[in-house]
Amino acid sequence: MSDAASNQWVDSQRGFISRDIFVDPKVYQLELEKLFTRAWLFVGHESQIPNPGDFFTSRMGEESVILCRDKKGEVHVFLNSCRHRGMKVCRYEQGNTSLFTCPYHSWTYATDGKLQGVPLYKSLYDGVLDRSEHSLIEVPRLVKYKGTVWASWDAQAPDFFTYLGDAKQHIDQALDCRDGREGGSEVIGVHKWIIPANWKLAAENFLGDTYHNPSHRSVDLIGIGPSAAAGVKGRRDDELAKAKHIWVSFMQGHGVHSAIAPEGNEYVNSFLSDPEIEEYFRHCFEERKRRLGEQARLLPFTGTIFPNTSYHGRQPRGLCSWHPHSPTETEAWRFFLVDADAPAQVKEYLRHYYMRYSGPAGMTEQDDMENWLYATRASMGTIARRYPFNYQQSMNTSKMNDLVPGNVSTQMTEEMARGYYRAWSRYLNDSDWDIILGRDGVQHAAAAE
Amino acid sequence: MSEVMAASRPKRSLAWYELKQEVEEFLYAEVDLLDERRFEEWLDLLAEDIVYFMPMRRNVKFGQHAERENTKLGSGISWFDEDKWTLTKRVEQILTGVHYAEEPLSRICHMITNVQLLQANPSPEEAKEVTVKSRFLVYQNRVEHETYTLVGKRTDVLRRHGDSWQVAKREIILDQNVLLAKNLTVFF
Repeated sequence: MSDAASNQWVDSQRGFISRDIFVDPKVYQLELEKLFTRAWLFVGHESQIPNPGDFFTSRMGEESVILCRDKKGEVHVFLNSCRHRGMKVCRYEQGNTSLFTCPYHSWTYATDGKLQGVPLYKSLYDGVLDRSEHSLIEVPRLVKYKGTVWASWDAQAPDFFTYLGDAKQHIDQALDCRDGREGGSEVIGVHKWIIPANWKLAAENFLGDTYHNPSHRSVDLIGIGPSAAAGVKGRRDDELAKAKHIWVSFMQGHGVHSAIAPEGNEYVNSFLSDPEIEEYFRHCFEERKRRLGEQARLLPFTGTIFPNTSYHGRQPRGLCSWHPHSPTETEAWRFFLVDADAPAQVKEYLRHYYMRYSGPAGMTEQDDMENWLYATRASMGTIARRYPFNYQQSMNTSKMNDLVPGNVSTQMTEEMARGYYRAWSRYLNDSDWDIILGRDGVQHAAAAE
Repeated sequence: MSEVMAASRPKRSLAWYELKQEVEEFLYAEVDLLDERRFEEWLDLLAEDIVYFMPMRRNVKFGQHAERENTKLGSGISWFDEDKWTLTKRVEQILTGVHYAEEPLSRICHMITNVQLLQANPSPEEAKEVTVKSRFLVYQNRVEHETYTLVGKRTDVLRRHGDSWQVAKREIILDQNVLLAKNLTVFF
């Protein structure tokens, strides 16, 4: 096993991880410096900025950035900070503009980031200040993928698809149309709230922590799923009832929980209280099957793309960013997705389900936040920090490239978390990209276990 | 009083003030049920066709507030866009005793102030439906040290129901952008 995949906090071989990484300000600072400056981060969705001049203010790590479509239609991500004294040049959440004007000394920037106006330039700066050198700071790497926009601050970062690796076919299921056409989603709203817990607790939950089901017992008892009004219990309809569940860990640190439908791949009724909605999704399902063939048997559930982007692939469909806010605080953003061309009635149905399920007002996820808060509070003590968290579930049960590419388990496992923290260690150990991506020829723990 | 205010102000009469008093008492009694955790009795005060709405609020440019500041009822995502069914589900969930975000139960205190009767239809004397605006300060303390203060405005439409009233519509304007609370388990 490569030394890069462990350190003083992470013993992924035995399955122990120090509580320090969830509470210690020093570790948090290292993450900001070594991880959030390099990894590919989800910034926003093109449907939020459809027209030239449109912008959406986002975050990368702790830092404010502007996702902007310039006057020519090109998409940019800028650091939201004036080159003069650092004031945020945009404090609006979303909108359309031809200029970003700094409120402090009125330096103005065009939508392509260029410094356009400097008050009293001729008399105060002429011959000294090179305006062309003072554009808004722009990410060196940006990719648009099926509507989503991702960026990295590391010019040397591998291309996005190398970074995604074989997790691509899983997150695709969240981004593609329900009928199998590529992309085509739109964001219908973004929840933003503060979770009083370290950002990694949310990220690792979405890797496929199926074991935490009991904490959602209350919603399962009362039933809040799409068919709840028809008397079906549970928090979502079991579209995966006949499918084989798989938990997959990837070298890059991503982890997913997906499922593979049995041969024949029959539609499972999931909207019993509304025949028209049911008919729509049945139609989408059959279309997808026709388009994708065998490939359509892969069904998504949840996943986390390292380090802090998670998705729900089906119900309730969306993307989450877990922005680090402090060692023990996360600013959570949940982007809700629908097919842009879905009938109004379908969107209406889905948004209601998303709201009752998700986020701080969602009946399901409220219980997650309670867990993460008190796990954090109870891990801050000197004594508590002597005892690491246990990640030993289903050790040595995953197999490389079994059913799908990746390190695959057919029983619930914490292998995705072990893989995630192996990747986390590589960043904190300043590993080069070859080591992070497993291109160094060393037999890695994921394969060795 | 400015001319604008005077023009929009319904005519005051004794019946108007009696009605306002009655409505205030209803609002205070209603939140007593919540603060005393009598959730099922509280549900009885909600009309079957209740619209219970809390938008998310965005930072927008001057001049765009009316159009863009708040998410809209009936489209996209808000904090709450609920009907009686989901509110009933929320109560059922608390009553399971295993809704860990409210188990143990929070201590909640609703302060309802600045009550303004805006409309009485068809008349203050025979009011079948009233529109009433108020401010709320909801204090939540749970377990040991966890405390939230949620402050904002409400506009309610109340409908005469026997000797009392029912809430037919409630718009809750929470004065926050990023929600500074881990959860919204409280009713407003």
